Amino acid sequence: MRKLLIGIAGIAAMTLGMASAAVAADKTKVCFVYVGSKTDGGWTQAHDIGRMELQAHFGDKVETAFIENVAEGPQATAVIERFARAKCDLIFTTSFGFMDPTLEVAAKFPDVKFEHATGYKSADNVTSYNSRFYEGRYIQGQIAAKVSEKGVAGYIASFPIPEVVQGINAFTLGAQSVNPDFKLKVVWVNTWFDAGKEADAAKALIDQGVDILTQHTDSTGPMQVAAEHGVKAFGQASDMIAAGPETQLTAIIDTWGAYYIKRTQAVMDGTWATQSTWDGLVDGILQMAPYTNMPDDVKSMAAATEAAIISGELHPFTGPVTKQDGSAWLTDGEVAEDGVLLGLNFYVAGVDDQLPQ
Amino acid sequence: MGMTEAILLTIATAATPLLIAALGELVVERSGVLNLGVEGMMIMGAVGGFAAASLTGNPWIGILIAILFGAITSLAFAFLTLSLAANQVATGLALTILGLGLSGLIGEPFVGQAGIKLSNISIPVLTDLPLVGPLLFGQDPIFYMSIALVIGVAWFLFRTRFGLTLRSIGDNHISAHALGIPVLRYRYFAVMFGGACAGLAGGHLSLVYTPQWVENMSAGRGWIALALVVFASWRPARVLAGAYLFGAVSIGQLHAQALGVGVPSQLLTALPYIATIVVLVLISQNVRTTLINTPAMLGRAFVPER
Repeated sequence: MRKLLIGIAGIAAMTLGMASAAVAADKTKVCFVYVGSKTDGGWTQAHDIGRMELQAHFGDKVETAFIENVAEGPQATAVIERFARAKCDLIFTTSFGFMDPTLEVAAKFPDVKFEHATGYKSADNVTSYNSRFYEGRYIQGQIAAKVSEKGVAGYIASFPIPEVVQGINAFTLGAQSVNPDFKLKVVWVNTWFDAGKEADAAKALIDQGVDILTQHTDSTGPMQVAAEHGVKAFGQASDMIAAGPETQLTAIIDTWGAYYIKRTQAVMDGTWATQSTWDGLVDGILQMAPYTNMPDDVKSMAAATEAAIISGELHPFTGPVTKQDGSAWLTDGEVAEDGVLLGLNFYVAGVDDQLPQ
Repeated sequence: MGMTEAILLTIATAATPLLIAALGELVVERSGVLNLGVEGMMIMGAVGGFAAASLTGNPWIGILIAILFGAITSLAFAFLTLSLAANQVATGLALTILGLGLSGLIGEPFVGQAGIKLSNISIPVLTDLPLVGPLLFGQDPIFYMSIALVIGVAWFLFRTRFGLTLRSIGDNHISAHALGIPVLRYRYFAVMFGGACAGLAGGHLSLVYTPQWVENMSAGRGWIALALVVFASWRPARVLAGAYLFGAVSIGQLHAQALGVGVPSQLLTALPYIATIVVLVLISQNVRTTLINTPAMLGRAFVPER
């Protein structure tokens, strides 16, 4: 046991040594806090690809570091603070639940710049950045309504936060633009990443008669179940075609690299300032995987919708839209304001679920 | 296949890894050793099984390697806690952390690879029977192994001399030692059996449940298995009941959601745990029977006099 302790102490000393050596060099240090594993095949992998693009872009001029599998909550605060103490110049925290921990640490380290993904709070040294995932969800909804034979899709949802609610609503609106009677069943798994549980939810939805699956969780479990049961599905955050070559219709792919490069450059130039970034398909922060496993006319419809969203011609949340409780939300031609979308806490009509509050 | 069969099959798949891992840990704890590293051994089994199946193309070799990986991982625990008499709680926790990290390292080349699924058995005529067919004659082979394990473990512990000796070590290792029973040898075998079971449970995850490899794919199932052992008050048949209760409630709540039952999903997600606690409270009513089943030496190190 003593030997083991000595070994642990040795490793700790080596880590500290490496950390101090890194500070000595005149590099910009960019650090990332991940909620999942960098090889999850979904959300975190997309961020890590962005980190690698950043590293490749600047080469010797930047140093990147990351810590993966950081639980949301007190552990996150400790990890973010560790990075701040390790002389990171810019820290990206890449999960919704890191929002308050990020602000807490940022208040203690005014000279360090922080960027938090998918939240809504900011400070003098904290920027929030997000992607308009719902644009992709709208396209998926349209595809679902065309491809589905039963007129019911299943949605595996993680946590009832605005980002996820936006996705569910946009999917429903997209589907209804093709088939006004289209229904959506929602199952909340209350986790971002648990392949087994996500697969169980997928099976439950298929047993309940859905023939299209979409997910706002990070593993490829649901895609696999869909492939096994011969129904179609959409990938999430990364291209999941490998898990379902004959199953995936398309996927929303997060491409963070360009944003990470831009913001690191701003730190180098001394021009970094707090902002609130909410980019979409037009900025390339969000891309659609190739449209596969669907008829050509559906492909061209999806491509046309994508083009219309990019050109600004179409906004998924355009009236008339009715809330689930039957009251009016958007009047004819009215477009939802970003502020409302960022705090979205109600369903639109047609969602067959009660939103957990 | 009707919906009832589909639901029951899903429940069986969800319960099987919990059942197997919990049975292994039950034997370990009956010998007086507390190994909190079930999660770590399970994930090592998952990665080993997936890697072997993917390299050889044969899921059965995968299952074999999964068992082996679990047993080898448990050997590290056995050496530290039995031979060196290290603290079992700390070593078990360390084993979990080690397993999660090491499996990520080993599994890196296999991420995103298409998995190989151990296919369900199929017996002509029998499998096609309504309702009972798919449930009794059409499941994956690991399901049958798990049921055989319940019977095997119960028979071993309560019907054989070795089982009696193992339990007596768990109740009083000093007396057992005085009687000339090789306490540490028994415990080594028990810990390795627990490791092998956790490994098999891991193999089920990566070759049957969701045939793929992703880091952390055990997602806390090792901890649930640990809780099931206490829940079952160290009785194999109750582990079976507990695992299926837990599986039934977790799958049932997903179906309730898909049906659009107006109950908050957070409550439904918590339901399996609430149900477990309620049953635990109910069966703990009788303190004496609970004490009889609890291995008295649980978690205590044994250092034989030289």
